[in-house]
Amino acid sequence: MKHLPLSFIVGGILTLTFTLVAILSFIWTPYDVEAINIAGKFAMPGLDHLMGTDHFGRDIFSMVMVGTRNAIAVSLVAVGIGMILGVPLGLWAAGSRMNGGSLIDEILMRGNDLVFAFPSLLMAIMITAVFGPGAINAIIAIGIFNIPVFARMTRGGALSIWTRDYIMAARVAGKGNMRISYEHILPNILNILIVQATIQFSIAIIAEASLSYVGLGTQPPNPSLGRMLNEAQTMIFFAPWLAYFPGGVIVAMVLGLNLMGDGLRDMLDPKLKKRKASDVTA
Amino acid sequence: MKITGLLLLFYLTSKTTALAVILNVGLQLEPPNLDPTSGAAAAIDEVVYGNIFEGLVRINKDGDVLPGLALFWEISTDGRSYVFHLAEGVKFHDGSNFDAEDVKFSFNRARAENSTNAKKYIFAPIVLIDILDPLTIMITLDHARPDFLFNIGLGDAVIVAPESASDNAFNPVGTGPFRFKKWVRGDRVELVKNDDYWGLEPRLEGAVFKFIPDPLSAYTAMMAGDIDTFPNYPAPENLFLFDRDARFDVVVGLTAGETILAINNKKTPFDNILVRKAIAHAINRKEIINGAMFGNAEPIGTHFAPSHPDYVDLTGLYPFDLGKARALMKEAGYENGFEATLKLPPPTYARRTGELISVELGRIGIKLKIENMEWAQWIDQVLRNRNFDLTVVSHVEPMDINIYANPNYYFGYDNADFQEIIAKIDESTDAAETSRLYKEAERKIAEDAVNGYLYQLGKFGVWKKEVKGMWTNYPIRSNDLRDVYIEGAN
Amino acid sequence: MAHYILKRLLSLVITLLVATIIIFLIIEVVPGDPAAYMMGLSGSSEAADALRIELGLDKGALERYFSWVGGMLSGDFGISYTYRVPVSQLIGERTLVSVPLTVYALILSTLIAVPVGVISASRRGSIVDTSLMGMAQVGVAIPNFWFAILMVLVFSTSLGWFSAVGFPGWDAGFWPCIKALTIPAVSLALPQAAILARVMRSSVLEVMQEDYIRTARAKGLSRRQALIRHGLRNAMIPVLTILGLQFSFLLAGGIIIESIFSLPGLGRLVFQSIAQRDLIVVKSIVTLLVLAVVLITFLVDLIYVLVDPRLREEGRG
Repeated sequence: MKHLPLSFIVGGILTLTFTLVAILSFIWTPYDVEAINIAGKFAMPGLDHLMGTDHFGRDIFSMVMVGTRNAIAVSLVAVGIGMILGVPLGLWAAGSRMNGGSLIDEILMRGNDLVFAFPSLLMAIMITAVFGPGAINAIIAIGIFNIPVFARMTRGGALSIWTRDYIMAARVAGKGNMRISYEHILPNILNILIVQATIQFSIAIIAEASLSYVGLGTQPPNPSLGRMLNEAQTMIFFAPWLAYFPGGVIVAMVLGLNLMGDGLRDMLDPKLKKRKASDVTA
Repeated sequence: MKITGLLLLFYLTSKTTALAVILNVGLQLEPPNLDPTSGAAAAIDEVVYGNIFEGLVRINKDGDVLPGLALFWEISTDGRSYVFHLAEGVKFHDGSNFDAEDVKFSFNRARAENSTNAKKYIFAPIVLIDILDPLTIMITLDHARPDFLFNIGLGDAVIVAPESASDNAFNPVGTGPFRFKKWVRGDRVELVKNDDYWGLEPRLEGAVFKFIPDPLSAYTAMMAGDIDTFPNYPAPENLFLFDRDARFDVVVGLTAGETILAINNKKTPFDNILVRKAIAHAINRKEIINGAMFGNAEPIGTHFAPSHPDYVDLTGLYPFDLGKARALMKEAGYENGFEATLKLPPPTYARRTGELISVELGRIGIKLKIENMEWAQWIDQVLRNRNFDLTVVSHVEPMDINIYANPNYYFGYDNADFQEIIAKIDESTDAAETSRLYKEAERKIAEDAVNGYLYQLGKFGVWKKEVKGMWTNYPIRSNDLRDVYIEGAN
Repeated sequence: MAHYILKRLLSLVITLLVATIIIFLIIEVVPGDPAAYMMGLSGSSEAADALRIELGLDKGALERYFSWVGGMLSGDFGISYTYRVPVSQLIGERTLVSVPLTVYALILSTLIAVPVGVISASRRGSIVDTSLMGMAQVGVAIPNFWFAILMVLVFSTSLGWFSAVGFPGWDAGFWPCIKALTIPAVSLALPQAAILARVMRSSVLEVMQEDYIRTARAKGLSRRQALIRHGLRNAMIPVLTILGLQFSFLLAGGIIIESIFSLPGLGRLVFQSIAQRDLIVVKSIVTLLVLAVVLITFLVDLIYVLVDPRLREEGRG
């Protein structure tokens, strides 16, 4: 690690900026995000309102700040769910397979395939149709589809570690499956998991935006970037800034995370560079 | 029966020159099926009413009852029996003849036990249907019903043929000036002129109803010229762009939709009239109309269409006054406010109005949690199970103030005085008395602040300048195209 | 080999079976009654009850599950609650929009991604490479619905072209349909192209390390010649895998794009059916989409095993 990759620096700065903005929004926004002022609607971006105002005269800049915070919160928890459930599943599957229990491995992996086989956006829409729209249900919907991603990645990484000599030594020393998994396997695959988490985080941001765009994410009056874009749709012909800013922020956030993920990958494990196929779609 | 005579004369004398024109009509919602006698979707009537299907009487663009398949009729002095004289030589689109048997079949089908007619109650007063001769039918009611004639003019009471009734959902066969050609589901329904139409020949060769659910697409489709007319354009926020454009006419009219903040009157604290009055004073109609409807709506103070002659303007009864509202909250024992939920159905007007309501009630300490839902959920939770505090919805049925007489209706207003007024209206055969009673009813629900009365939902018509004859208002949900033509087309 | 295929087929069938159970259970608990929805605000509950019987909604859950699955096996998907026509007819009509849209988007994305990936790889480290890959990074980050809105904005206000909405239907001719699908396909294709270009680039870089390319170059071919004559075919293999994944992703993921452009596709049908509680349609479409994904995965696996017999034992680790 002679010097940090450029992508990591750019991505890191972007990610840090948005994180700080999100934190700042807890204590300060230029305007109250719920304060309406019909007389001041559709103000152009300017000194009073950096990003202009919307159809209710609300300050876009303030809404974007809080919307960023909501997007980050939803994505963070969703990816967290995916990791907390997916990583142990992957470890379990790999451990079982290496210790004669390939049936458990098979069942777990087919279960993963099953979740993968469901169209994610559609299922998220169905889940919110069952439980009602809202941030919590958006988190669950996005989180479920993160489980197999982490499970598969963990299993793949773990299987290669299991064949190493020091694992054999640990087995000989009488350590159980669980202990080996947590003491020896997990620390060795943490690198790839962190990289994957960054990528999944960016995918979750887009997923959250899509769900809110169709009205199923964070509910009003709490601002969300996706819903702001939906509401802006019919107004872009005379107030295009309503679409520029929230969309631009989503792009910048996702770009930052992806660049950071790429940079991390280069730093942590140059061999992994090949495996770009894993960050597709999902 | 003067009008009838005139119409008949018209029918016999004039055959206008046909214009080879197909009109492209934009609609936001696709009907789930094309049978107006089954299912309540207004989208069905928006395509078929007056075009494919006709009733005994027809409701026109002003909400007046005109002769339809019945050219004229006599009402007995006690108001109980109606003798309808049917038009002669009328054929259904499949070539079968129309006569009194079809009327009897249609009405019996609608009131049968296994009927799926959404407005079965229209037919409930019928006690007897007698066919006097193939073109004369007598209908006897349990007692006088002044609204019966209007009701049988609705899409739910159109006349269908026994041979084709079961397939009307996807292959509608009626008697109207246009016949069904095809339905590309998810995209459009095509109609063509009925060359054998019994009445005045329509001036269009046909019509294509294009379903454009997305308001952004509605805008681009109009601007691109793909659509000739959007009778109920979904985005009032960009109407001004059409107004500016010399190619289009923008005609803002009214619907029969009273948009209200419906309140669950049976639930604490909303069962307290002081709280409801406080809400009424906290509502700023001007802010809502400007904010949610971009100025294109008429404020209302009660549950009655402002275009109706019996309408009383009660918007000044509880004017916007935060001081009074707060004082009432204090008097009710809610000085520090309370929390409640606001459940919103999907239309944009409801969502936007709801967001503003939540801000406005927030000013007097009522913290609202907004829950956006689809219609299916809304109907389930709010309408059927009355599991709600507040909601915003537009009641699009014409003349529906009588819903307040039903104590089991979702907002739960149970008032004996009001129920008596409605009972009197039901029986009244004297026009002046009916009018007085309606005004009394309007005042009663306004004074009790049953619901928050916001505005009459507008109808935003946008069409090309050459398109003439479109309805300005929606007294009922219909895009009757019989009088529509395109200027200069041939 | 036959054993492996048989095993995979068995697990495919089990996956599908479990999927139908899950789909059915989710649909069962969706709140909101289709009959009440259809009767609307003023409908009587009597009428709704009558409709419920007509639709067969009064029967027990188990009975409905078996009649649904049994029906699907014989090609009968049931009758749509709202449209009252066979579900298979609805799906058939919509597939004629969604599949062409998806294929169109994939063709566009391949046409963009392959050259970009090859150029980038063959000039690795140059400014061209860096800027192309930078653009790809941005492309990956753009939500397709936002891109679609921007496309509409640019085409309509700056260029004065208004995108035609809706779909004329294939009987209106080939070109009008292609015209209607173009802007939606471009909106779908761009983010996918960005992903694909990155895969293509790394795949080409990998292939360039292979012995046969070195041999070809030793024979006097230039880098580019060696790549085009020998390397490209091999470099395309991972790209095809991604294309397979993207096909099923786009087929289901086009919902938002289909509604922005008012295209009567599968995604919009299922979205609308969820809202209208036309649950029989939702069940069938989701099942078909799952089937599509499972089949595509199976085929991809099969191709892999054929190409690389070492994988036979490992399955798909």
